[in-house]
Amino acid sequence: MNGVIALPILVPLLAGALSLIFWRSHTVQRALGVLGTGLLLVVSIDLLLQTWAQGHLVMEMGNWPAPFAIVLVSDMLAAIMVLLTAIVGLPVAVYSLSGISVRHERYGYYPLFHLLLAGVNGAFLTGDIFNLYVWFEVMLVASFALLILGGERAQMEGAIKYVTLNLLSSALFLTAIGLLYGLTGTLNMADIALKLGEVEDTGLVTVIAILFLVAFGIKAAAFPLFFWLPASYHTPKVAVSALFAGLLTKVGVYALFRVFTLIFDQDVGYTHDILLWIALLTMLTGVLGAAAQFEFRRILSFHIVSQIGYMILGLALFTPLAILGGVFYIAHHIVVKSNLFLISGLTYQLKGSHELRDLGGLYRSHPGLAILFMIPALSLAGLPPLSGFFAKFIIIRAGIEVEAWFAVGVALLVGLLTLYSMVKIWNEAFWKAQPAGVAAPVPAQGSLIWMWLPIIALAALTLAIGLYGQPLFLMAERAAAQLLDPAGYVEAVLGLDYIESVLEATRP
Amino acid sequence: MEIVMAVVIGGLYAAAVYMLLRRSIVKLVIGLVLLSNAANLLIFTVAGLVRGAPPLIYPGEVLPPGISADPLAQALILTAIVIGFGVLAFAVVLIHRAFEVVGADDMDQMKDTDT
Repeated sequence: MNGVIALPILVPLLAGALSLIFWRSHTVQRALGVLGTGLLLVVSIDLLLQTWAQGHLVMEMGNWPAPFAIVLVSDMLAAIMVLLTAIVGLPVAVYSLSGISVRHERYGYYPLFHLLLAGVNGAFLTGDIFNLYVWFEVMLVASFALLILGGERAQMEGAIKYVTLNLLSSALFLTAIGLLYGLTGTLNMADIALKLGEVEDTGLVTVIAILFLVAFGIKAAAFPLFFWLPASYHTPKVAVSALFAGLLTKVGVYALFRVFTLIFDQDVGYTHDILLWIALLTMLTGVLGAAAQFEFRRILSFHIVSQIGYMILGLALFTPLAILGGVFYIAHHIVVKSNLFLISGLTYQLKGSHELRDLGGLYRSHPGLAILFMIPALSLAGLPPLSGFFAKFIIIRAGIEVEAWFAVGVALLVGLLTLYSMVKIWNEAFWKAQPAGVAAPVPAQGSLIWMWLPIIALAALTLAIGLYGQPLFLMAERAAAQLLDPAGYVEAVLGLDYIESVLEATRP
Repeated sequence: MEIVMAVVIGGLYAAAVYMLLRRSIVKLVIGLVLLSNAANLLIFTVAGLVRGAPPLIYPGEVLPPGISADPLAQALILTAIVIGFGVLAFAVVLIHRAFEVVGADDMDQMKDTDT
């Protein structure tokens, strides 16, 4: 029994409930936003330290023994993801102080914000496949409401695509859970991993694996099912976009990492080959889509798709170094991408437009912002000594080691094209002269300092990962070692006695 | 019985996908309804169809006698129905609002955010 694991779920749930109680007081809700995410950061760091010290943390709900109880499990991957959630949550909560208008607060922005964080953390920490589905839905419902907050036409159009494809993915996920339950008679992921080893009908297992691949592929916005993302992510308020960009697709990637290391590692040659091609096509289509765009947030949205490809590539290569690179990439990407979205919000606040054609002259008027943009933008493109360089370096090095030359070539090319997109934003928004009389600055709500602070903090974190990446590298290394040794996970969750009894029962 | 259920479930999935591919947003939501019901029926069927054997444990026993229905699958379906109901209620309100804003029941009129 280890209550620390439940705290990253309970803290945002509590903050959300309190925000609902103080529905009429916007001041209290704002304070709860910052305090709640601040406290979440503290408990997440605590969870990471304890997981680092003890390997796997397991908590059985209601003190029933696994596999009958729903378990919460924290291994290094889950703990890193939970910490990243808090690292995105706190800056976005601070940014919301001046980025979210009173009208949007009245629609219930803060309760939904906390509920989203709770859903994301629940998905990271659960060790039960049906519980994972439930947390996905918690997260989805909160994201649906956040996406249409304000009710403009573009939001409605984007939301229809977002909602439809995500519900389709949930239905496929549920179908796959049903088939898996029929095959193994259990929902505990560790128990499933244990019992699938004894299943004779490997063809059916592969079919279920592909169902999971499609379901999580939609949620992660992988090729060819990513269309909902660039159609919707640029429509809501910037704070919401930044939160989605940092967290939502990464939950899908996390789920892929979890099931394709723990449960479906029987037919690696088949499933991970498909993953490899998906990864390459995702990278290419995302970056080419971005090249054609001229709206700040749409360019960034397409780049989310392209970057997802690198993470899946790490999983597909399936060597310790490649998985390490995938985990490192997720961490780097979440920090950088949320920051870029926040910067797009600040430029909108200063210049009154998201269209690159209408922007300009920002380098002359706000050189500080130009520097702050350069850090995450060049990091996204993978220039040394920023965090993105090391993320790409590890994955490409892993590709060279297994002699996947084509994948290495595509990864390098996509890095170059990413640089092209970032330079395009730089030229249009920051470098060229301000076009005459197109848009006026948007009157800010309160002080702009609340927009500057999170951007500075996240840029500093990007620099820190780049200049002193050793701690993150070691954590990712431990996470990769745990992911490639599913037996350790199974033993931590179920205990040796239970494993012995299952193996005894299936022995002829 | 399993074969009948398999045909029904397959038909539901097929109808759901067909409806999802239509341009009308109302039919889109109908497709989502069918899809969630198909998934629920699938779980119900793969857990094994057992007639007239409720999983009741008599006093002094630790297991129900003989073969009994699987209560866990029914708990899963119950959860999935509630979740499905919630998100579908949201989807219905969403298409209503989208219809008000766009003024058409046609996905082809909703391409502003795609290009």
